[in-house]
Amino acid sequence: MTTKSDNMKDIQDLDQTDATGTLTEQETDEAETVMTATDERIETVEEAAVNDDDSDDIPEDVVLHVSHVSKTFRLPTEKASGLKQAFINWTRGIKGYTEQHVLRDISFDVHRGDFFGIVGRNGSGKSTLLKLISGIYKPNSGQIVVKGKLVSFIELGVGFNPELSGRENVYLNGALLGFTREEIDAMYDEIVEFAELEDFMDQKLKNYSSGMQVRLAFSVAIKARGDILVLDEVLAVGDEAFQRKCDEFFTAIKKDKTKTVILVTHDMSAVKKYCNRAILIKDGVIIESRSKDDVADRYSLENLNVTGALSNGVDDSPADEEPKEVQEESKPAYPTGLSERVPVLSIIPVSSQLLSNDEDFVFDVEYQFDEDIPFYLAFTIYDLKRGGIPYDSGSVPMTRHGHQRIRFHIPLHLFTSSDFKLVVSLREDDPNRVGEDVDVSLRTLRVAFTNEDRSCLFSVRNDARLPNFALILPDRFDLKQHYVALDGDADNESDAAGGQADVETDGSKG
Amino acid sequence: MNRAKESHNSASRGSVRMVTSSGAKQSSRRYSRIVLRELVRTDFKMRYQGSFLGVAWSVLKPLMLFCVMYAVFVRFLKFTDGTPHFAMVLLLGTVLWSFFNEATNMGMVAVVGRGDLLRKVHFPTYIVVVAATLNSMISLLINLVVVIIFSIVNGVHFTWRVLLVPVGIVELYLIALGCSLLLATLNVYFHDIQHIWEVFLQAMFYGMPIIYPLQMAMNASPFFGKLLLLNPVAQTIQDVRYWLIEQRTPTVWNTINTPWIQTIPLILAACIFALGVYVFNRNSSKFAEIL
Repeated sequence: MTTKSDNMKDIQDLDQTDATGTLTEQETDEAETVMTATDERIETVEEAAVNDDDSDDIPEDVVLHVSHVSKTFRLPTEKASGLKQAFINWTRGIKGYTEQHVLRDISFDVHRGDFFGIVGRNGSGKSTLLKLISGIYKPNSGQIVVKGKLVSFIELGVGFNPELSGRENVYLNGALLGFTREEIDAMYDEIVEFAELEDFMDQKLKNYSSGMQVRLAFSVAIKARGDILVLDEVLAVGDEAFQRKCDEFFTAIKKDKTKTVILVTHDMSAVKKYCNRAILIKDGVIIESRSKDDVADRYSLENLNVTGALSNGVDDSPADEEPKEVQEESKPAYPTGLSERVPVLSIIPVSSQLLSNDEDFVFDVEYQFDEDIPFYLAFTIYDLKRGGIPYDSGSVPMTRHGHQRIRFHIPLHLFTSSDFKLVVSLREDDPNRVGEDVDVSLRTLRVAFTNEDRSCLFSVRNDARLPNFALILPDRFDLKQHYVALDGDADNESDAAGGQADVETDGSKG
Repeated sequence: MNRAKESHNSASRGSVRMVTSSGAKQSSRRYSRIVLRELVRTDFKMRYQGSFLGVAWSVLKPLMLFCVMYAVFVRFLKFTDGTPHFAMVLLLGTVLWSFFNEATNMGMVAVVGRGDLLRKVHFPTYIVVVAATLNSMISLLINLVVVIIFSIVNGVHFTWRVLLVPVGIVELYLIALGCSLLLATLNVYFHDIQHIWEVFLQAMFYGMPIIYPLQMAMNASPFFGKLLLLNPVAQTIQDVRYWLIEQRTPTVWNTINTPWIQTIPLILAACIFALGVYVFNRNSSKFAEIL
């Protein structure tokens, strides 16, 4: 331990930052050390474990100990970045900000070798937590203990300067991660090779495509292997090839029991694939921390329960486009999609909203339609992950007028894992097209539909061993195949050959 | 022992702690050094980026400013301190003032300008300010070489006192750094400070015997002339002029006779630096959240 007096007269003292001024300088200096990518080694951790301090109660293999951490932000209510405004606020006794509790009493431990996932919806406090762990922010209360060298990538390519060449940016970025020029010299070729940018390193970064920049940033990042790697949403960027590189890297690092990774992501398949532990944060509180699968499923469920969530892909759908005018006319009396003709139309899930594909999704549609004319219900399933509409029921004739409730069962055996949105519309005959020889759904008009609040989300989560790439499971199709002759001369043989070569794939339908 | 204190504190407030060995301090410094070097390098490259003459501008600019001042004040207004090397004294003053002006301006905007970095990487924040001021320092050193070359051409007699020049330069740097740290902190909260400082610098420039000889102020009022010298920046500039070029330059030491008044500029310099460091340290951990 260095003593306090060592450094009193040194300019280096400046790095002793202090949030409230109550910490001793020594402690703050240690705090600094966390973030600054120091060359901590495992032996120091062992050394620390025998120290008689409050780390006694932290098991030896815990590399990150977060206990009862809370964080509050002051959000300025008025923009007070001018002396004048500050003076006015001061004279009037206005505080000029409101307190926002971003994180409340967060506690968890990360053990050495863990691949630790942090998930949560936007604005839940994940990134704030990462910044606290990385030391960019200071917690208002609670304690964060980091053992070992922590390298954080809150963003790839931090400090990248567009006016500098790729080469210079590698050195700059490397320096921010704690590497001297000599150390980067040694790994430079490897970085460039991984990024596949050999021919571009002397070009200015502003002439790079964004994909090239990401590649370069990621290459620098993965070479800077600390003991603890903190990654925020790196999976969300880059093309398929880049994501494959991420995948290779994560798979390799997952096997390495000396490295610890903390990953923030929205990609539940990544959580299931790489993580061995995970936590789910909602409104600044950990609401699920049992197993990674529990967390991933709970996260999916959380997204379903929130109205309007995940609706980005659906906003452009016809169901939402047309009724803009309807909304304005009928807004005072009825919510979007409904009117005095159809005052009630909503979907009520009966089964769980999180299912596997050997279950049926069961839901009720509650409607009220009192006019004595033929009418229909039609429901549409949107695939929120892949986009598009995998299923539309067409117009299903209804028999009972008045206020009714009808139950539907949708079999899910065709589907791989995905998130779906179910929208129902109530339809009547189109007077202009009555009697036309087309499908019934083409000669009906929509009277009412379910809006965001009345629609329903559900998810299919299959056994992770099943493929998840396409929407429809491969073995649910009667695939037919047979060999054909290479040249057109043997056309008379094809029948015989084809008959023999026909391979019946497993055609069982659920 | 420190940790015991901390466990007290941790109930009421947050802490981030590193379980560490004595090597951590060194590696923290090592990290600071690496980042500082790389930031200075980058800033220096970026400075004249896109200009044809590049680094040459850090010599050309003060020289051109000097030419303007020389033409106006020496040739046209006939300012002189009665020594043969007043032109050199003027040049040196211009160069030193340019440094102070530039360093404080660059230092002031350094934290806000590097906001993207501070929000995403944790490193000792003071480094960005030091890097910015060090860049001005590089220019100053280049300029001093030019001044020395000109002085030799002009037939200035150097004495052993030239060896004291670095002391003056260091003092001036510490004053500039102290101001920069203070200004950089204020600038995070109030951008208005940039405009205020601009005016303040202008007032300070005319409040110091840079373009005019101190004798002119002394002629008006000896008290006023002496008062000007108590400004630590003026004291430093006069000292460097005295040591490097002209022993007849009035300084605090040869103009004011009371010893305790002589030390006022030094105390002020120390206070400015200490205040800058203190204010910056108290606030720097919050920069990432505010920026």
